[in-house]
Formats: sequence, C-alpha cells, structure tokens
Amino acid sequence: MQSNKYRAFLLYWVVMLLPTIALAGEAAERNYNTYCIQCHGMAGNGAGLNVRDMSVQPRDHTDAKSMEARSDAELFKVVKEGGLAINKSVLMPPWGDTFTDDEIKDLVKYLRVLCKCKHGG
Amino acid sequence: MDYRSMAVAICAFVLSTVTGAIADDGANILKQRCASCHDLQGPAPATLDQLWARKGPDLFYAGDKYRQAWVEEWLQNPQRIRPAGEFYRQHIKPGDKRDMVDESTLIEHIKLDAAEAKAVAETLAAMHANESLIKAEKFDPTQTPGPMGEMLFDKIYGCMACHQIEPGYGGLSGPEVYTAARRLKPEFMLSYIRSPQAWDPKIWMPNKHVPDLNIQKIVNYLIDLSKEDWNAKQ
Repeated sequence: MQSNKYRAFLLYWVVMLLPTIALAGEAAERNYNTYCIQCHGMAGNGAGLNVRDMSVQPRDHTDAKSMEARSDAELFKVVKEGGLAINKSVLMPPWGDTFTDDEIKDLVKYLRVLCKCKHGG
Repeated sequence: MDYRSMAVAICAFVLSTVTGAIADDGANILKQRCASCHDLQGPAPATLDQLWARKGPDLFYAGDKYRQAWVEEWLQNPQRIRPAGEFYRQHIKPGDKRDMVDESTLIEHIKLDAAEAKAVAETLAAMHANESLIKAEKFDPTQTPGPMGEMLFDKIYGCMACHQIEPGYGGLSGPEVYTAARRLKPEFMLSYIRSPQAWDPKIWMPNKHVPDLNIQKIVNYLIDLSKEDWNAKQ
C-alpha cells in the first residue's frame, strides 16, 4: 500500500515535469538549428553553408572522438566566449550576448546528443 | 497681397501638395506591396518563431539604416544582397560537400518605376524608430586601416565567416559587405557592429565586442571596399 503511494507520487512528478524537459530539449535544438548550423551544418557534421572559404573548418559535432576530448565546461566556455577562450579559432564567435547561460547549458547537452558521447569517452 | 506674393503662395501650396502626395504614395506602396515581407511597424522579432517567419529585412528603422539615394536606385534595379535570402535557414539544403543555398526557394524582389522608387525612398528615409542608437555614434573618417582592414575583418574578428568581402568570396549566411557602405549609413554600421542585438535581439550575428577604435577601422574598411567597381570585375 505504502509503495503504491510512492509510485503514484513519482508518477505525478514525472508527468508534471515531462513537458518542461521536452521544452528544454526543443529550445536547444531550435537554437542550434538557428545559429550554429550556419557553420556547423544542418547535419551538425561541420559542413555548413559558410565553410567553403574558412581558413579553419568548424568542428564536426557528430565526431565522438574529438567531442569526447572536450569537457562540458570547455564546451560551455567556447559557446559563451568564443574559440579564442580555449585557444581555438577566432572563427568560432562568442555567443554570450545571444544565449542565456541556461540556454548554453542546454546546448552543451544537445551537443552530447549529437556526438552520442560524453567527456572522456 | 501683390501679384508676386500671390505667385509665391501658389507655388508653395502646389509644392507642399506634391510633396504630400509623394509621401502618401510612398506609404501606400509600402503598405500594399512591401508589408507582406517587411515589418514596417516593429518591434524586431523577440522569439525564434518570429525570426523564422521573417521574409525580408525589417524596415521600421529604415531611415536610421539606409542611404536614401541607394534605396531609390536599388528599388528600380534590385539585386540580391543576402546570398541565402532572409531567413537564411529557410533557404538552404544539404549538398555533396557542404550545405548549399537552395535557389529554388528564393524569389526576386519586386521592381519599382522611378517615381515609385523615389516616393518609397522618401517615406523610408523618414522612419527613425532607432534614432537614439544612431545619435550615440560618431563616425571618424580619419581611422583608415589600410591593409589592416581585411586583416581585422577576416583574421582578427572572423567576420568573413558569414559575409562575402568580394563577389563569390566569403560566407553566405549574412549579407554581402562589399556593397555595405553604398547601402548603409556609417553610424548604422558602427552601431550594428557594436551590438547587433540592440537592433535585432534574435539575429544570428554574434556580438564580438569589438573595441570602438577597431569598429571605426572596420567601417572605414567597408567604405573603401564599396568604392570598388565590383560589376566591372565580375
């Protein structure tokens, strides 16, 4: 009887939180699809619209091996402050005036979805 | 009233009527033929849904942004300024090597005759929703960068990633910049580089926090670029 009460309580909160979780995911994907793909590509593979004349090619976000080498903190920093902040290309701009910190955190989570990886493998 | 005074009064009346009619024509043309793609009222998109729905540049601050003579000329012979249109994301497709502009989704801009173009240019020139941003700027034409101009634009700030600095060379998601200074007022370029989000909160151009001196140099570089005869070089 007691376990049924806990189960109902948990179920209630899962149902209540589901829309919020889904919304956060959608916002990150939408932000990626609006701002990041101009260079990182519609497929997230680094082959975006702008890459032909770039001296440094954008990161392939689907490449688990290279994405595993970056911590979530580094990914947050490079999105917010730009490539120079982690000694990478100036062609990766700072997006701190475009996204809130929470949006950047969500984007980092979305990058982990794209690469199907986590820091350190 | 003598004859001379009467003649002056009549001329003044006719002139004011004609000027008023031109302004009315411009407003009517904008309302009837431009408003389906351009926002004439503002404010700029505050959400991604609104950004994705935008079909052409916002015009509610056109008088702060554009050089009137260029508007009048361009409306009679419109040429594409944004290689991937507006909003760029609606006009691209996957390609063999990289994403490409999907030309099939882009439409030609309507063309106006000389009188219509003059009327619309005059009406747009009077639209100053963001005048305070323009008044905060002071263009310094003495800050010419010389060969450092392209270095600043390309290597130091990476602007070329999204903008073409000559026909066929540079990024495609932003407007070409080799004609920017023909189109835009110097103070607008200064202000927009200083904070794109102050003009357009959801725009896909990031704020690179360029120091004032370098903003002045970049704008002078863009002015130099626009002096080239790009049509003759193509």
